[in-house]
Amino acid sequence: MLGRVTGRAPEWRARSVRETIVAEAPGLIEAHELTKRFGDKVAVDHLSFTVGPGRVTGFLGPNGAGKSTTMRLICGLDRPNSGTATIGGLTYAQLQRPLHVVGALLEARALHPGRTARNHLLFLAETQGFAPRRVDEVLDLVGLRAVARKRVGGFSLGMTQRLGIAAAMLGNPAVLLLDEPVNGLDPEGIRWVRTLMRQLATEGRTVFVSSHLMSEMAVTADHLIVIGRGRLIAESSTNEFIQRSSDRSVLVRTPDADRLGKLIVSAGGTIQPDDASTGNGNATADPGASPDDGATSIVVTGLPAPRIGELAASASIVLYELTPRLASLEEAFMELTADSVEYGDSTARAAAGNQPGELPSELPSERPSEERSMS
Amino acid sequence: MTAPAATIVPAEPTGGDPVGLRLMHAEWTKIRSVQSTVWSLIAFVVVAIGFSALIAIVISNTWNSPGNHPNHAKLLADPTAVIFGAGLGLGQLAICVLGVIVISSEYTSGAIRSSLLAVPHRIPWLAAKGAVFAALVFVVSAITIFVTFFLTTAILRSHVSISLGQPGVAKAVIGGILYLTVLGLFAMSIGGLIRHTAGGIAIVIALVIVIPPLVSLIPGTIANHVHGYLPTVAGELVAQTSQQSGDVLSGWQGFGVFCAWTALLLAICGWLLVRRDA
Repeated sequence: MLGRVTGRAPEWRARSVRETIVAEAPGLIEAHELTKRFGDKVAVDHLSFTVGPGRVTGFLGPNGAGKSTTMRLICGLDRPNSGTATIGGLTYAQLQRPLHVVGALLEARALHPGRTARNHLLFLAETQGFAPRRVDEVLDLVGLRAVARKRVGGFSLGMTQRLGIAAAMLGNPAVLLLDEPVNGLDPEGIRWVRTLMRQLATEGRTVFVSSHLMSEMAVTADHLIVIGRGRLIAESSTNEFIQRSSDRSVLVRTPDADRLGKLIVSAGGTIQPDDASTGNGNATADPGASPDDGATSIVVTGLPAPRIGELAASASIVLYELTPRLASLEEAFMELTADSVEYGDSTARAAAGNQPGELPSELPSERPSEERSMS
Repeated sequence: MTAPAATIVPAEPTGGDPVGLRLMHAEWTKIRSVQSTVWSLIAFVVVAIGFSALIAIVISNTWNSPGNHPNHAKLLADPTAVIFGAGLGLGQLAICVLGVIVISSEYTSGAIRSSLLAVPHRIPWLAAKGAVFAALVFVVSAITIFVTFFLTTAILRSHVSISLGQPGVAKAVIGGILYLTVLGLFAMSIGGLIRHTAGGIAIVIALVIVIPPLVSLIPGTIANHVHGYLPTVAGELVAQTSQQSGDVLSGWQGFGVFCAWTALLLAICGWLLVRRDA
């Protein structure tokens, strides 16, 4: 990866070699043992991670996990109790024209309601010495040209988010920090933000985006950093994350479930009746299928789908359906963070399939309790 | 992973305007682009000129009424205190309100986050904000005070002649402008300490018009000195034509005390600004 070799320059060197460092690793965000306490409460707890350029990195965690605080620490708005956060090897305060290096959308309402959109962007541009023409360019980029001279107090949340993204793009920065950018957006706006993030990453920029919505991250993020209660829980690619944090299962529908079940068990698999097909859940999922075709659905774990197919073929058992199922990112996330939900209650933990203290990896031979209780 | 595309300019550009100019330019855009600035300054100008003119008209029309001689004596002894007293005494509250708002609105609206993302160096940020606001108050105060002076002296011309050439008058006029300018910074520093518009305004108004008369009610020389060293009590002295009996400090001494108060509050404001989370 780019710039891992850079390392941190000593404080006295940082200023003199600033340009070089930024040029070597413009888009590398590094958090090192970052810790932030608010009174007794530890918001961020010895958090270390690296965010690299050229991809969208999702920053996941339940509400109150410390995502926003971490982003504020990276941007120098909050002072860490200990640890460091650097961008391209420099702390935020060492950047002479920070908007040129980092564009941040930390919260939508970070503006004076009485100021026009254009004036909001204009003063930001002036702090960096950017030409006023750049303001019009970013207004065009986010599609707010028509309301540029309207006061932002009258803007909808979606328009405010767009203005925040315009502000983040003012300096054409190599790094973008976006805190819950799709919050409050309509579907069209959500798609716009997703496309923009993907495009920015493709251009080689670092895109670091926080969300508590796993489904959102599943479609946008290439890489995930998951935190709970201020601590790092997982750091991996999105695919790896889904696969690692949940056991995979295969849905099998066959008129000869008893015989196939025995074969599967003797081959080392585990079978369970499929709770979805016995309830009315299946009707909505697949309205075309008749529940009265004489077949039974079973869920197999511990055997891959091709092996199950081979077993069925060897015994001349007819299969109506053979579907490998991945746990959704949502489920994977719930499993992983069930212990660290800040304001969760016991029902939320039970629904996530974990007892407190149990790790997801300790559950491979058994389906999570939700399936048992629902069947 | 894609290699960084050519669209990204990795290093920060160098050159251009010096940082201080850039920051002041931006603060000027900020202060001129919100309506609270315009309305506060209009309120200041209208109240200051209007009330001073009104008092001058009343004095002029009742000049020959019996029992008015003490007022004449006061007008002759300290003309600028009478001329400016009514208008600026009330009008200065608009400057106080604006001073608080200039910084507290950043916090109440959340704009402070945008500001500090663009300018992570908070002391230069505060300095630029203070410089631009002080310059604005200085210019508006200068216009207002000169208009007030020439308008009221014109109204009173048939009874008493007051001119800038008389001893102490020019100093008092300049002093009035300086007092209002420092008052703006005084209010701004409290806005930065309190970070809340209503609370900041309440505290500044208490310090400017509520506490001084209360302290002056306390008998004794110690209380008299405490009263004399209160920020605005000391600061206002510089707008007097001559020192009055009972004043603890001379005009410029008083102004120095007021500046010291303001500098102290600005220093605390800056210190907390750097230490506190935004």
